[in-house]
Amino acid sequence: MNLTAEEKRIATETTRQLLSTYNDSRGNLIPVLQQVQNKLGYVPAVAMEEVAAHFNVPAVDVYGIITFYNQFRLTPPGKRQVKICMGTACHMRGAQIIQESWERRLNIKMGETTEDREYSLERVACVGCCTMAPVVLINEEVHGKITPTRVDGLIFSHQLDKQKEKEGAARDE
Amino acid sequence: MAETVTITIDDRQIQAAPGEMLLWAALDNDIYIPHLCASREEAHPTASCRLCFVEVEGRPAPVPACTLPVTEGLVVKTRSPQVDSLVAMGFELLMSNHRLDCKNCSANGNCELQRIAKARKLRLKPKNLPVLDKNLPVDDSAANIVYDPNKCVLCGQCVRACRKSGNGTLGFARRGYLRVVTTFGGVPLGESNCTNCGACVKVCPVGALAQK
Ligand code: SF4
Ligand code: SF4
Ligand code: FES
Ligand code: FES
Repeated sequence: MNLTAEEKRIATETTRQLLSTYNDSRGNLIPVLQQVQNKLGYVPAVAMEEVAAHFNVPAVDVYGIITFYNQFRLTPPGKRQVKICMGTACHMRGAQIIQESWERRLNIKMGETTEDREYSLERVACVGCCTMAPVVLINEEVHGKITPTRVDGLIFSHQLDKQKEKEGAARDE
Repeated sequence: MAETVTITIDDRQIQAAPGEMLLWAALDNDIYIPHLCASREEAHPTASCRLCFVEVEGRPAPVPACTLPVTEGLVVKTRSPQVDSLVAMGFELLMSNHRLDCKNCSANGNCELQRIAKARKLRLKPKNLPVLDKNLPVDDSAANIVYDPNKCVLCGQCVRACRKSGNGTLGFARRGYLRVVTTFGGVPLGESNCTNCGACVKVCPVGALAQK
Protein backbone atom coordinates (compact mmCIF):
# COMPACT_ATOMS: atom_id res chain seq x y z
CA MET A 1 0.00 0.00 0.00
CA ASN A 2 1.47 3.35 -1.04
CA LEU A 3 0.88 6.25 1.31
CA THR A 4 0.61 9.82 0.06
CA ALA A 5 3.33 12.30 0.99
CA GLU A 6 0.79 14.05 3.20
CA GLU A 7 -0.03 10.83 5.08
CA LYS A 8 3.66 10.17 5.63
CA ARG A 9 4.21 13.69 6.92
CA ILE A 10 1.32 13.42 9.38
CA ALA A 11 2.51 10.01 10.55
CA THR A 12 6.06 11.22 11.12
CA GLU A 13 4.99 14.35 12.95
CA THR A 14 2.45 12.57 15.13
CA THR A 15 4.99 9.92 16.09
CA ARG A 16 7.71 12.46 16.88
CA GLN A 17 5.34 14.41 19.05
CA LEU A 18 4.35 11.31 21.00
CA LEU A 19 7.96 10.21 21.37
CA SER A 20 8.96 13.54 22.85
CA THR A 21 7.03 12.67 26.01
CA TYR A 22 8.66 9.26 26.51
CA ASN A 23 12.21 8.33 27.49
CA ASP A 24 13.97 5.48 25.71
CA SER A 25 13.36 2.72 28.26
CA ARG A 26 12.19 -0.45 26.50
CA GLY A 27 9.02 -0.64 28.59
CA ASN A 28 7.70 2.42 26.75
CA LEU A 29 7.97 0.82 23.34
CA ILE A 30 4.60 -0.87 23.16
CA PRO A 31 2.69 1.97 24.86
CA VAL A 32 4.11 4.40 22.27
CA LEU A 33 3.08 2.12 19.42
CA GLN A 34 -0.41 1.88 20.91
CA GLN A 35 -0.61 5.66 21.03
CA VAL A 36 0.46 5.91 17.40
CA GLN A 37 -2.19 3.37 16.47
CA ASN A 38 -4.82 5.30 18.47
CA LYS A 39 -3.95 8.61 16.85
CA LEU A 40 -3.49 7.43 13.26
CA GLY A 41 -5.58 4.27 13.19
CA TYR A 42 -2.51 2.38 11.93
CA VAL A 43 1.26 2.24 12.28
CA PRO A 44 3.01 2.90 8.95
CA ALA A 45 6.67 2.16 8.18
CA VAL A 46 7.77 5.77 8.70
CA ALA A 47 6.32 5.70 12.22
CA MET A 48 8.04 2.39 12.99
CA GLU A 49 11.35 3.85 11.85
CA GLU A 50 10.94 6.88 14.13
CA VAL A 51 10.10 4.63 17.06
CA ALA A 52 13.04 2.29 16.35
CA ALA A 53 15.48 5.22 16.26
CA HIS A 54 14.10 6.60 19.52
CA PHE A 55 14.45 3.31 21.39
CA ASN A 56 17.69 2.45 19.64
CA VAL A 57 16.51 -0.96 18.37
CA PRO A 58 16.64 -2.35 14.82
CA ALA A 59 13.56 -1.29 12.84
CA VAL A 60 12.79 -4.96 12.18
CA ASP A 61 12.13 -5.41 15.92
CA VAL A 62 9.39 -2.80 15.83
CA TYR A 63 7.98 -4.51 12.74
CA GLY A 64 8.13 -7.76 14.71
CA ILE A 65 6.01 -6.27 17.50
CA ILE A 66 3.48 -4.72 15.11
CA THR A 67 3.00 -8.01 13.28
CA PHE A 68 2.90 -10.05 16.50
CA TYR A 69 -0.14 -8.36 18.03
CA ASN A 70 -3.51 -8.35 16.34
CA GLN A 71 -4.36 -4.89 17.66
CA PHE A 72 -1.97 -3.16 15.27
CA ARG A 73 -2.68 -2.25 11.67
CA LEU A 74 0.02 -1.66 9.08
CA THR A 75 -2.27 0.08 6.61
CA PRO A 76 -4.81 2.90 7.04
CA PRO A 77 -8.34 1.64 7.72
CA GLY A 78 -10.74 1.82 4.77
CA LYS A 79 -13.94 3.89 4.62
CA ARG A 80 -15.76 0.64 5.31
CA GLN A 81 -13.97 -1.43 7.92
CA VAL A 82 -15.05 -5.02 7.41
CA LYS A 83 -14.49 -7.06 10.54
CA ILE A 84 -15.01 -10.78 10.26
CA CYS A 85 -15.93 -12.53 13.48
CA MET A 86 -13.60 -15.41 14.26
CA GLY A 87 -15.25 -16.40 17.53
CA THR A 88 -16.02 -20.04 18.17
CA ALA A 89 -19.60 -20.01 16.86
CA CYS A 90 -18.67 -18.10 13.72
CA HIS A 91 -15.63 -20.27 13.18
CA MET A 92 -17.80 -23.38 13.42
CA ARG A 93 -20.25 -21.94 10.93
CA GLY A 94 -17.72 -21.16 8.24
CA ALA A 95 -16.08 -17.82 9.11
CA GLN A 96 -13.07 -19.02 7.15
CA ILE A 97 -15.15 -19.27 3.99
CA ILE A 98 -16.56 -15.80 4.62
CA GLN A 99 -13.05 -14.48 5.09
CA GLU A 100 -11.99 -16.01 1.79
CA SER A 101 -15.01 -14.54 -0.01
CA TRP A 102 -14.14 -11.04 1.16
CA GLU A 103 -10.49 -11.50 0.32
CA ARG A 104 -11.28 -12.76 -3.15
CA ARG A 105 -13.92 -10.13 -3.90
CA LEU A 106 -11.83 -7.20 -2.65
CA ASN A 107 -8.56 -8.67 -3.89
CA ILE A 108 -6.78 -7.97 -0.60
CA LYS A 109 -5.72 -10.08 2.39
CA MET A 110 -6.66 -9.81 6.05
CA GLY A 111 -5.27 -6.63 7.58
CA GLU A 112 -5.04 -4.85 4.24
CA THR A 113 -6.90 -1.94 2.66
CA THR A 114 -8.05 -1.67 -0.95
CA GLU A 115 -6.04 0.73 -3.11
CA ASP A 116 -9.07 3.08 -3.37
CA ARG A 117 -9.32 3.08 0.46
CA GLU A 118 -12.95 1.96 0.30
CA TYR A 119 -12.53 -1.27 2.29
CA SER A 120 -10.24 -2.75 4.90
CA LEU A 121 -10.41 -6.29 6.22
CA GLU A 122 -9.73 -7.56 9.70
CA ARG A 123 -10.61 -10.41 12.02
CA VAL A 124 -12.23 -9.87 15.40
CA ALA A 125 -13.08 -12.11 18.34
CA CYS A 126 -16.72 -12.93 19.20
CA VAL A 127 -18.89 -9.85 18.76
CA GLY A 128 -21.72 -11.28 20.87
CA CYS A 129 -24.27 -12.20 18.21
CA CYS A 130 -23.47 -15.90 18.06
CA THR A 131 -27.04 -16.92 17.18
CA MET A 132 -26.56 -15.06 13.90
CA ALA A 133 -23.25 -16.76 13.10
CA PRO A 134 -21.35 -16.26 10.88
CA VAL A 135 -21.23 -12.56 11.64
CA VAL A 136 -19.53 -9.63 9.92
CA LEU A 137 -19.31 -6.07 11.21
CA ILE A 138 -19.11 -3.28 8.68
CA ASN A 139 -17.99 -0.30 10.68
CA GLU A 140 -20.39 -0.60 13.64
CA GLU A 141 -23.18 -2.35 11.72
CA VAL A 142 -23.81 -6.04 12.45
CA HIS A 143 -24.58 -8.41 9.58
CA GLY A 144 -25.58 -11.97 10.52
CA LYS A 145 -25.96 -15.27 8.68
CA ILE A 146 -23.39 -14.24 6.09
CA THR A 147 -22.90 -16.41 3.01
CA PRO A 148 -20.61 -15.82 0.03
CA THR A 149 -23.56 -14.55 -1.99
CA ARG A 150 -24.43 -12.11 0.78
CA VAL A 151 -20.87 -10.81 0.58
CA ASP A 152 -21.50 -10.11 -3.10
CA GLY A 153 -24.84 -8.52 -2.17
CA LEU A 154 -23.27 -6.24 0.43
CA ILE A 155 -20.59 -5.05 -1.94
CA PHE A 156 -23.20 -4.48 -4.64
CA SER A 157 -25.40 -2.43 -2.32
CA HIS A 158 -22.38 -0.34 -1.31
CA GLN A 159 -21.74 0.35 -4.98
CA LEU A 160 -25.36 1.41 -5.44
CA ASP A 161 -25.13 3.71 -2.40
CA LYS A 162 -22.03 5.24 -3.79
CA GLN A 163 -23.59 5.79 -7.17
CA LYS A 164 -26.65 7.41 -5.60
CA GLU A 165 -24.41 9.68 -3.58
CA LYS A 166 -22.62 10.71 -6.74
CA GLU A 167 -25.85 11.38 -8.59
CA GLY A 168 -27.20 13.30 -5.62
CA ALA A 169 -24.05 15.39 -5.50
CA ALA A 170 -24.31 16.03 -9.24
CA ARG A 171 -27.96 17.17 -8.87
CA ASP A 172 -27.09 19.49 -6.01
CA GLU A 173 -24.56 21.34 -8.10
CA MET B 1 35.38 -20.56 44.75
CA ALA B 2 36.89 -23.48 42.91
CA GLU B 3 38.16 -22.97 39.37
CA THR B 4 36.18 -25.92 38.09
CA VAL B 5 33.41 -28.17 39.27
CA THR B 6 33.03 -31.87 38.72
CA ILE B 7 29.82 -33.05 37.14
CA THR B 8 28.62 -36.38 35.85
CA ILE B 9 27.09 -36.74 32.40
CA ASP B 10 26.00 -40.24 31.38
CA ASP B 11 28.21 -41.77 34.09
CA ARG B 12 31.26 -39.86 32.86
CA GLN B 13 32.99 -37.40 35.18
CA ILE B 14 33.70 -34.03 33.62
CA GLN B 15 35.34 -30.81 34.74
CA ALA B 16 33.53 -27.60 33.84
CA ALA B 17 33.59 -23.94 34.75
CA PRO B 18 31.01 -23.25 37.46
CA GLY B 19 27.93 -21.53 36.08
CA GLU B 20 28.59 -22.62 32.52
CA MET B 21 25.52 -24.04 30.82
CA LEU B 22 25.45 -27.81 30.77
CA LEU B 23 24.94 -27.91 27.01
CA TRP B 24 28.38 -26.39 26.34
CA ALA B 25 30.12 -28.47 28.97
CA ALA B 26 28.72 -31.60 27.33
CA LEU B 27 29.53 -30.55 23.76
CA ASP B 28 33.09 -29.58 24.75
CA ASN B 29 33.53 -33.11 26.04
CA ASP B 30 32.19 -34.74 22.90
CA ILE B 31 28.85 -35.60 24.42
CA TYR B 32 26.26 -34.65 21.85
CA ILE B 33 22.98 -33.10 22.93
CA PRO B 34 20.62 -31.99 20.15
CA HIS B 35 20.35 -28.19 20.04
CA LEU B 36 19.40 -25.49 17.55
CA CYS B 37 18.69 -22.22 19.28
CA ALA B 38 21.40 -21.92 21.95
CA SER B 39 24.41 -19.66 21.64
CA ARG B 40 27.44 -19.43 23.92
CA GLU B 41 27.44 -15.66 24.07
CA GLU B 42 23.89 -15.39 25.24
CA ALA B 43 23.47 -14.81 28.94
CA HIS B 44 19.72 -15.41 28.76
CA PRO B 45 19.03 -18.32 26.41
CA THR B 46 15.73 -18.19 24.57
CA ALA B 47 15.40 -21.98 24.93
CA SER B 48 12.90 -22.03 22.12
CA CYS B 49 13.75 -25.19 20.16
CA ARG B 50 13.15 -27.54 23.09
CA LEU B 51 15.51 -30.19 21.77
CA CYS B 52 18.28 -30.12 24.36
CA PHE B 53 16.43 -31.80 27.22
CA VAL B 54 18.39 -33.82 29.77
CA GLU B 55 17.40 -35.77 32.85
CA VAL B 56 18.74 -34.21 36.06
CA GLU B 57 19.14 -36.32 39.18
CA GLY B 58 16.73 -35.07 41.83
CA ARG B 59 14.46 -33.26 39.41
CA PRO B 60 11.10 -34.70 38.42
CA ALA B 61 11.04 -33.48 34.82
CA PRO B 62 13.67 -33.08 32.07
CA VAL B 63 15.37 -29.67 31.82
CA PRO B 64 16.76 -27.86 28.73
CA ALA B 65 20.54 -28.23 28.91
CA CYS B 66 21.06 -24.74 27.49
CA THR B 67 19.48 -23.18 30.57
CA LEU B 68 21.07 -25.40 33.22
CA PRO B 69 24.14 -23.89 34.91
CA VAL B 70 26.55 -26.54 36.15
CA THR B 71 27.21 -26.87 39.85
CA GLU B 72 29.49 -29.15 41.84
CA GLY B 73 28.18 -32.72 41.93
CA LEU B 74 25.52 -32.26 39.24
CA VAL B 75 24.45 -35.60 37.78
CA VAL B 76 22.63 -35.73 34.44
CA LYS B 77 21.70 -38.23 31.78
CA THR B 78 21.32 -37.18 28.16
CA ARG B 79 19.01 -40.07 27.43
CA SER B 80 15.97 -41.48 29.20
CA PRO B 81 12.57 -42.59 28.00
CA GLN B 82 11.14 -39.20 28.98
CA VAL B 83 13.91 -37.20 27.30
CA ASP B 84 13.77 -39.32 24.19
CA SER B 85 10.05 -38.92 23.78
CA LEU B 86 10.19 -35.14 24.33
CA VAL B 87 12.96 -34.79 21.76
CA ALA B 88 11.22 -37.09 19.30
CA MET B 89 8.03 -35.06 19.64
CA GLY B 90 9.80 -31.71 19.30
CA PHE B 91 11.73 -32.93 16.30
CA GLU B 92 8.64 -34.30 14.60
CA LEU B 93 6.84 -30.98 15.09
CA LEU B 94 9.80 -29.14 13.68
CA MET B 95 9.98 -31.36 10.64
CA SER B 96 6.24 -31.09 10.07
CA ASN B 97 6.76 -27.66 8.58
CA HIS B 98 10.21 -28.00 7.15
CA ARG B 99 10.65 -28.24 3.41
CA LEU B 100 12.65 -31.44 3.17
CA ASP B 101 14.80 -31.56 0.06
CA CYS B 102 18.21 -32.77 1.21
CA LYS B 103 19.36 -33.78 -2.28
CA ASN B 104 19.22 -30.18 -3.50
CA CYS B 105 20.06 -28.49 -0.20
CA SER B 106 23.22 -26.51 0.46
CA ALA B 107 23.38 -27.91 4.00
CA ASN B 108 23.28 -31.55 2.91
CA GLY B 109 25.89 -33.44 4.91
CA ASN B 110 26.45 -30.53 7.27
CA CYS B 111 22.93 -30.08 8.58
CA GLU B 112 21.98 -30.00 12.23
CA LEU B 113 18.63 -31.65 11.47
CA GLN B 114 20.37 -34.56 9.78
CA ARG B 115 22.76 -34.76 12.75
CA ILE B 116 19.91 -34.89 15.25
CA ALA B 117 18.05 -37.50 13.22
CA LYS B 118 21.15 -39.66 13.07
CA ALA B 119 22.12 -39.25 16.72
CA ARG B 120 18.64 -40.00 18.03
CA LYS B 121 17.58 -42.46 15.34
CA LEU B 122 14.71 -40.26 14.24
CA ARG B 123 13.19 -39.93 10.83
CA LEU B 124 13.57 -36.63 8.99
CA LYS B 125 10.16 -37.18 7.48
CA PRO B 126 7.41 -37.07 10.14
CA LYS B 127 5.66 -40.33 10.66
CA ASN B 128 2.56 -39.21 12.55
CA LEU B 129 2.08 -35.64 11.41
CA PRO B 130 1.26 -34.25 7.99
CA VAL B 131 3.90 -31.98 6.47
CA LEU B 132 2.71 -28.42 5.95
CA ASP B 133 4.61 -26.42 3.40
CA LYS B 134 4.27 -22.69 3.97
CA ASN B 135 5.13 -22.17 0.34
CA LEU B 136 6.80 -18.83 0.94
CA PRO B 137 8.85 -17.40 -1.93
CA VAL B 138 12.57 -18.19 -1.89
CA ASP B 139 14.46 -14.88 -1.69
CA ASP B 140 17.48 -14.71 -3.98
CA SER B 141 17.47 -10.93 -4.33
CA ALA B 142 20.66 -10.34 -2.32
CA ALA B 143 24.06 -10.30 -4.02
CA ASN B 144 25.38 -13.49 -2.45
CA ILE B 145 22.75 -14.87 -0.06
CA VAL B 146 19.76 -17.08 -0.81
CA TYR B 147 17.08 -17.38 1.85
CA ASP B 148 14.48 -20.13 1.83
CA PRO B 149 12.05 -19.41 4.69
CA ASN B 150 10.40 -22.77 4.10
CA LYS B 151 13.46 -24.49 5.56
CA CYS B 152 13.90 -22.12 8.50
CA VAL B 153 13.59 -23.69 11.95
CA LEU B 154 13.28 -20.31 13.73
CA CYS B 155 16.36 -20.88 15.86
CA GLY B 156 17.29 -17.19 15.80
CA GLN B 157 21.00 -17.75 15.19
CA CYS B 158 21.00 -15.53 12.09
CA VAL B 159 19.15 -12.75 13.89
CA ARG B 160 21.86 -12.62 16.55
CA ALA B 161 24.70 -12.84 14.02
CA CYS B 162 23.12 -10.09 11.91
CA ARG B 163 23.01 -7.81 14.93
CA LYS B 164 26.63 -8.50 15.76
CA SER B 165 28.31 -8.40 12.36
CA GLY B 166 25.73 -6.92 10.06
CA ASN B 167 23.15 -4.19 10.05
CA GLY B 168 20.42 -5.58 12.28
CA THR B 169 18.51 -6.47 9.14
CA LEU B 170 16.99 -9.77 10.21
CA GLY B 171 14.36 -10.22 12.89
CA PHE B 172 11.29 -12.22 13.81
CA ALA B 173 7.82 -11.19 12.66
CA ARG B 174 4.24 -12.47 13.10
CA ARG B 175 3.39 -15.31 15.42
CA GLY B 176 2.24 -18.86 15.68
CA TYR B 177 2.36 -20.84 12.47
CA LEU B 178 3.03 -17.66 10.51
CA ARG B 179 6.17 -16.73 12.45
CA VAL B 180 9.07 -15.93 10.11
CA VAL B 181 12.55 -14.53 10.09
CA THR B 182 12.36 -11.51 7.83
CA THR B 183 13.42 -7.91 7.21
CA PHE B 184 11.82 -4.58 8.14
CA GLY B 185 8.51 -4.47 6.29
CA GLY B 186 9.09 -7.99 5.03
CA VAL B 187 10.95 -6.74 1.93
CA PRO B 188 13.39 -9.03 0.06
CA LEU B 189 16.98 -8.94 1.35
CA GLY B 190 18.13 -7.16 -1.79
CA GLU B 191 15.81 -4.22 -1.00
CA SER B 192 16.69 -4.14 2.69
CA ASN B 193 19.64 -2.65 4.52
CA CYS B 194 21.46 -6.02 4.30
CA THR B 195 25.21 -5.50 3.81
CA ASN B 196 25.78 -8.98 2.36
CA CYS B 197 28.26 -9.76 5.10
CA GLY B 198 27.17 -13.39 5.14
CA ALA B 199 27.33 -13.74 8.93
CA CYS B 200 23.83 -15.22 8.91
CA VAL B 201 24.78 -17.89 6.40
CA LYS B 202 27.68 -19.04 8.57
CA VAL B 203 25.51 -19.65 11.64
CA CYS B 204 22.38 -21.11 10.04
CA PRO B 205 22.30 -24.71 11.29
CA VAL B 206 20.15 -25.79 8.34
CA GLY B 207 19.95 -24.89 4.67
CA ALA B 208 17.61 -21.92 5.05
CA LEU B 209 20.35 -19.35 4.50
CA ALA B 210 22.91 -20.26 1.88
CA GLN B 211 25.77 -18.72 -0.01
CA LYS B 212 25.06 -18.09 -3.69
S1 SF4 C 1 17.98 -28.20 5.92
FE1 SF4 C 1 18.85 -30.21 6.38
S2 SF4 C 1 17.08 -31.58 6.54
FE2 SF4 C 1 16.40 -29.73 5.53
S3 SF4 C 1 16.56 -30.16 3.35
FE3 SF4 C 1 18.47 -29.16 3.97
S4 SF4 C 1 19.83 -30.85 4.45
FE4 SF4 C 1 17.78 -31.71 4.43
S1 SF4 D 1 17.31 -18.75 8.77
FE1 SF4 D 1 18.63 -20.36 9.65
S2 SF4 D 1 19.70 -19.32 11.32
FE2 SF4 D 1 17.98 -18.03 10.79
S3 SF4 D 1 16.37 -18.64 12.21
FE3 SF4 D 1 16.07 -19.81 10.31
S4 SF4 D 1 17.14 -21.71 10.65
FE4 SF4 D 1 17.88 -20.28 12.22
S1 FES E 1 -18.67 -16.16 17.59
FE1 FES E 1 -19.13 -14.67 16.13
S2 FES E 1 -20.61 -13.53 17.17
FE2 FES E 1 -20.01 -14.95 18.68
S1 FES F 1 19.18 -25.45 22.49
FE1 FES F 1 18.18 -25.57 24.37
S2 FES F 1 16.13 -25.15 23.86
FE2 FES F 1 17.18 -24.86 21.97
